[in-house]
Amino acid sequence: MWIYEKKLEYPVKVSCPDPRMAKYIMTQLGGPDGELSAAIRYLNQRFTMPTNMAKALLTDIGTEEMAHVEMIQTMIYMLMKNTTVEEIKEAGLGGYYAIRDKAIYPADSVGNPWTAAYIQSIGDVIADLHEDLAAEQKARAVYEHLLSLTDDPLLKDGLRFLREREVVHFQRFGEALRNVEEYSIRKKHF
Amino acid sequence: MEKERVEMLRRIQEVEFACIDLNLYLDTHPTDQRALMEFNSYSQQLMMMKRQFESVYGPMTNFGFSQSQYPWAWLEDPWPWEIEY
Repeated sequence: MWIYEKKLEYPVKVSCPDPRMAKYIMTQLGGPDGELSAAIRYLNQRFTMPTNMAKALLTDIGTEEMAHVEMIQTMIYMLMKNTTVEEIKEAGLGGYYAIRDKAIYPADSVGNPWTAAYIQSIGDVIADLHEDLAAEQKARAVYEHLLSLTDDPLLKDGLRFLREREVVHFQRFGEALRNVEEYSIRKKHF
Repeated sequence: MEKERVEMLRRIQEVEFACIDLNLYLDTHPTDQRALMEFNSYSQQLMMMKRQFESVYGPMTNFGFSQSQYPWAWLEDPWPWEIEY
């Protein structure tokens, strides 16, 4: 069960509309290493985790990722708001506008729609946690790419917050992995 | 949006963030007593702040975690993506 809180996890601000940046940021909504991929990945993997620590951590980080999805959607919404069709065309979003105006949709920066093929859930705690560790590092790298694509200090503040959360999640997943290994949960013999 | 409302919301976000971060930390450090004490203290503070916010600006959570005045106040804006901080 989930309860909705009518607030963002962290404030999202932009100095001015910037449809080009909206297009770039879309990858963190509907791209391979975006927030939606992260949430769906963790919230599916948690069912077959062998330890309560891993079940709790995937539940909680998966839930926080849903809040990050909302922050990214808000960034895209704010960056597209009050833009003209001309500006949208110039930003390379003419095709996007033709289909859906300024609506929010989970696709990456070049228009590929989100797909479950971006995630894995294979019922093996070592493999799943390693995927999660890699996912956090990839998301961190993408946030760094996005930070280098804008000069807007207000937008950067939100992006920096999200980048930092990837670092913290990576740390926590590493601790859960060491815990699983220490107690040798997987004593399989082949 | 009015300044006071944004300031109150910002304080809630700050305390809730402390709770989120401590929650994840406690998931992998369940016997850290100091962190647990801090978590419980922030959590108590957060509940009080939310109750105070809701008494002025209306429900913050759905499905029974907040009560509403007449008429059903959940519909009222601003929605989270409409707030200018």
